[in-house]
Amino acid sequence: MTSTTKPVHIVEGPPSDVEEIKIESDYLRGNLIETMKDSLSAGIPDDDNRLMKFHGSYLQDDRDLRTERQRQKLEPAYQFMIRVRTPAGFATPKQWLVMDELAHKYGNGTLKLTTRQAFQMHGILKWNMKKNIKEMNDALLDSIAACGDVNRNVMCSPNPNESPVHAEVYEWSKRLSEDLLPQTNAYHEIWLDGEKVVDSTEETEPIYGATYLPRKFKIGIAVPPMNDVDVFSQDIGLIAIVEDGKLIGFNVAVGGGMGMAHGDEQTYPQLGRLIGYIPAEQTVEVAKQLMMIQHDYGNRSVRKYARFKYTIDSRGLDWLIGELHSRLGRELEEVRPYHFDHNGDRYGWVEAVNNRWNYTFFIENGRVCDTESYKLMTALREIAEIHTGDFRLSPNQNLVLGDVTAANKKKIEAIIASYQLESPAEQSALRRSSMACVSLPTCGLAMAEAERYLPSLITKFEGLLDEAGLGDQEIITRMTGCPNGCARSALAEIGFIGKGPGKYNMYLGGGFAGERLSKIYRENVGEKEILEELGPILNRYAKEREPGEHFGDFVIRVGIVAATTDGTNFHTV
Amino acid sequence: MALQVTNSPFSEEQIELLNRLLPTITESQQSWLSGYLTAVNSTGKSSDTAVAVLERPAIEVPTAVKEVTILFGSQTGNGQGIAEQAAAKLKEQSFNVTIQSMSDFKPNTLKKIEHLLLVVSTHGEGDPPDTALPFYEFLHGRRAPKLDHLLYSVLALGDSSYEFFCKTGADFDQKLAELGAKPLAPRVDCDLDYDEPAAQWLAAVEVALQISIGGQSAAATLAGETVSASQYSRTNPFRAEVLENINLNGRGSNKETRHIELSLEGSGLTYEPGDSLGVFPENNSELVDEIINLGSWNAEETVEVNLQGERRALRIALLNHFEITVLTKPLLEKLSNHSESEQLKQLLKPDQSDDLRAYLDGRDLLDALRDFGPVSISEQQLVGILRKLPARLYSIASSLQANPDEVHLTIGTVRYEAHGRNRQGVCSIQCAENLEPGDTLPVYIHKNDNFRLPANPETPIIMIGPGTGIAPFRSFIEERGETGAEGKSWLFFGEQHYVTDFYYQTEWQNYVKDGTLSRLDVAFSRDTAEKVYVQHRMKESGKELYQWIEDGASIYVCGDEQHMAKDVHNTLVDILRHEGGKSLEESEQFLTQLIQEKRYQRDVY
Repeated sequence: MTSTTKPVHIVEGPPSDVEEIKIESDYLRGNLIETMKDSLSAGIPDDDNRLMKFHGSYLQDDRDLRTERQRQKLEPAYQFMIRVRTPAGFATPKQWLVMDELAHKYGNGTLKLTTRQAFQMHGILKWNMKKNIKEMNDALLDSIAACGDVNRNVMCSPNPNESPVHAEVYEWSKRLSEDLLPQTNAYHEIWLDGEKVVDSTEETEPIYGATYLPRKFKIGIAVPPMNDVDVFSQDIGLIAIVEDGKLIGFNVAVGGGMGMAHGDEQTYPQLGRLIGYIPAEQTVEVAKQLMMIQHDYGNRSVRKYARFKYTIDSRGLDWLIGELHSRLGRELEEVRPYHFDHNGDRYGWVEAVNNRWNYTFFIENGRVCDTESYKLMTALREIAEIHTGDFRLSPNQNLVLGDVTAANKKKIEAIIASYQLESPAEQSALRRSSMACVSLPTCGLAMAEAERYLPSLITKFEGLLDEAGLGDQEIITRMTGCPNGCARSALAEIGFIGKGPGKYNMYLGGGFAGERLSKIYRENVGEKEILEELGPILNRYAKEREPGEHFGDFVIRVGIVAATTDGTNFHTV
Repeated sequence: MALQVTNSPFSEEQIELLNRLLPTITESQQSWLSGYLTAVNSTGKSSDTAVAVLERPAIEVPTAVKEVTILFGSQTGNGQGIAEQAAAKLKEQSFNVTIQSMSDFKPNTLKKIEHLLLVVSTHGEGDPPDTALPFYEFLHGRRAPKLDHLLYSVLALGDSSYEFFCKTGADFDQKLAELGAKPLAPRVDCDLDYDEPAAQWLAAVEVALQISIGGQSAAATLAGETVSASQYSRTNPFRAEVLENINLNGRGSNKETRHIELSLEGSGLTYEPGDSLGVFPENNSELVDEIINLGSWNAEETVEVNLQGERRALRIALLNHFEITVLTKPLLEKLSNHSESEQLKQLLKPDQSDDLRAYLDGRDLLDALRDFGPVSISEQQLVGILRKLPARLYSIASSLQANPDEVHLTIGTVRYEAHGRNRQGVCSIQCAENLEPGDTLPVYIHKNDNFRLPANPETPIIMIGPGTGIAPFRSFIEERGETGAEGKSWLFFGEQHYVTDFYYQTEWQNYVKDGTLSRLDVAFSRDTAEKVYVQHRMKESGKELYQWIEDGASIYVCGDEQHMAKDVHNTLVDILRHEGGKSLEESEQFLTQLIQEKRYQRDVY
């Protein structure tokens, strides 16, 4: 921001209600032990729900039933969502089976693979939460810090092509995740019947302190040429630099983030800015220092201005670099060259090193479930029972079977064939590059449909593509039910952000490799207008595009929308 | 032909009494009476008052004893209602009437009583109602006195679809006779459609009392209608408008429970927490048409629907006046008079009672007509074998104080499959499927003094009401909230699933928040691997429950009789034993005492 007065993001004020709750919470305990036992409601009070997020869970309700139940003298259909921390989206076949089992036993019978490579279970009832977390814990899975004002699940490219580097990069993502975990014993006390700390005043939260961070904090690692983690959407984006097949270090990008609030142009999605290169061994130290800068300077009064991007933008990137250098006692090296060519996944079988194979499944909107005609969840369970490698949740909500032996490859191919997981109806290129957040009916923030609606809209887009003669064109299409950006719509070539029931803001021009934000094209439009607008643009694209030109680049070149060059001009038409 | 002074040896007063009595007595009463008089005369001048009174009416002095004691043993309040009507009627005729619940009656005063009327119902496996139990046990025990001086009559209430129909009434009748008491008028056994037989019994009793006491001062005040606040009653129900009809069960529930709000505006009807609402339902029209088609009856043919001789088309009669969904032994017996079916005759043989019971269970008129038809009977004969369609009683779920001019019900919808057909509860299905705001239902208030909040608003109350048993407790708590009662309150509720079956959840949450309800414990049986019911929650809090009882709390149980009420009772016994150090016998005695003190009240069905 180039304003002469003090930027709105750093105006000081009293701490927000959430800051108070954190301080009062005794390191994230609050009254959760008692309120989780209260049998008069399947929900918990708001204050405790704020703390619940730090334990990886939100209280939600089935919003489809809200008014109906109110009339029935029933409270909302409360249920918990739980997000499982899986750094780099990595899970063993045994862990996959446990998640599958828990989803059926305590959840709604489905699993959501999130845009941050985590498992999400929905529909868990209050009295099953402890059992659920306990059984997860027995399988070495937890939900600590999967939500809340802390460092979230660390993302990392599942990069099935270059296994040796992947293994190393994965180790870094795991270390970052673990080194930046909250240290409070609250999770164990509340969920695992852990010994109560006798005097919690002696308990220390060495990194975070009692107030944790001003807002959520996200770290992701990309391995070029794939930018599947959308490295520029992270608070800290690390770009792996490989020399002679070995990981040597990372370029560091800071201050990315997708969220904004409708009607407040002081909020905007932003891309991370590169500030230098670090050798791999400095990864944790630099990440920690950056996080602590946000800890110390982030806005604790107005939560919508509290993300790292505003902390940086309101003071300037140079301020940040100076602050970091002084905390490190040294300067970062120059950014090393790198190149991204896309942010999607590559589907099907890919040969890896050591005579092993990887297989990437397309999972529409990350929802693992069975339908009458498509028994995806059952098929994956059968695969998990024989698979000796690993499962990797991709940042595009897809699933990679890693490290498949040649012998298993045949068996898995047979399972895929018998369940028709390659059925064309599920698989157009457009559909495979689409992504939606959960939204209605469970997400409390949702203003419009996303996961339940995008598939049918994509079917209509497929019709438009066919009419335009574009056939199997890959266009990154994303939809979120609100402007918080879980599905990173602001980075899509065609993006939709929910405004109200059936109404979306429509954005065009995001970069195919996640290197450019999109621009608003139409405000508050419904399906009819969306199709009427998009049809002619796709026809024009079919006729006028240059060889290999992506849709997002095309709409800018021909002037349909202006390029967004920085988050601060995202709203400028 | 009516008796007159000129064509009979009786005085004018006697003739009036006889003329009132004779048209009301049934064939069997007639033959009993002639036999009785013959027998009495043939034994000469026995000490029997019955003979004496016939001989001495005119010379009896006006200071004659006009004392009558009416005792009722009533679970649902029907018996109490009849007893109260009888009392009112007799008071109008200047009798000095004492009316009491059997639970309040001191048996040692029996010796002083000359005229005793009993109105008593039968429950479950031929059991007396809770409130009748102590008196029943007294009469059947060693301390029962000789009752040679006593004249009595019993009105027995029951349901002929149960095996031990009116057994308690018969037991009392037999026992009193054994103890030497003499019948004032023969016992009458009433089925669910008790209005008419009860009225006949009362008429017979009145006449017999007049004769016994000496007629002359019984100035035959042909009383007008009882004056009450409302013109509406069981026999003249009020058509209440439906204001609201909500399914209380959320989506995915196995249950359907309707919350129905009715308007009493303009009716003058009032009620107290604990009362029930009688609802006259309508039979399912498809079922009626199937029956009519099966027998090739004429739907438009008119038939008599009551003793007053009112006539309605057969279809209307089957829809609104007669019961077609329950089979009883008397029904089959009457049917067998018109059926050639050997199978039916076989079933009705005395040694076939197990088979009969099995057949009656879950079957209805249509089944019987199909299984034992064809029957060659007229439309009139068809309705002649049927019972009157009884009103359904529902515990009222609202407080009138909190909801002026309204009455709320909580009705569980009954749907099940039996013997190859889908079956439905008559009233609940009507409410669930055919009742919309703006429609009306014929209703009346059914008093139930055996289920009352403590007179003292500071007395703690413990309420156990799983399922639709929650209804009266909503009324209790609304009332206590509205009147600002200070007493503590503790509710136990249970159902299958928390998310879908927590009836009135948001209301309870508010009552707990504002302190009107002190404590609520819930048990949902199908949410966890091991089934949890209200009695388990009671046991978990046995210590506190015992303390509440020690502190004088009243205990209320509403809902299922067969399982829940028994389990809850046994749990109370356990708690008294374990927390109070009482023996099994002491615990039972303690609870019996609580029943007598009205501190343990049940509304079970």
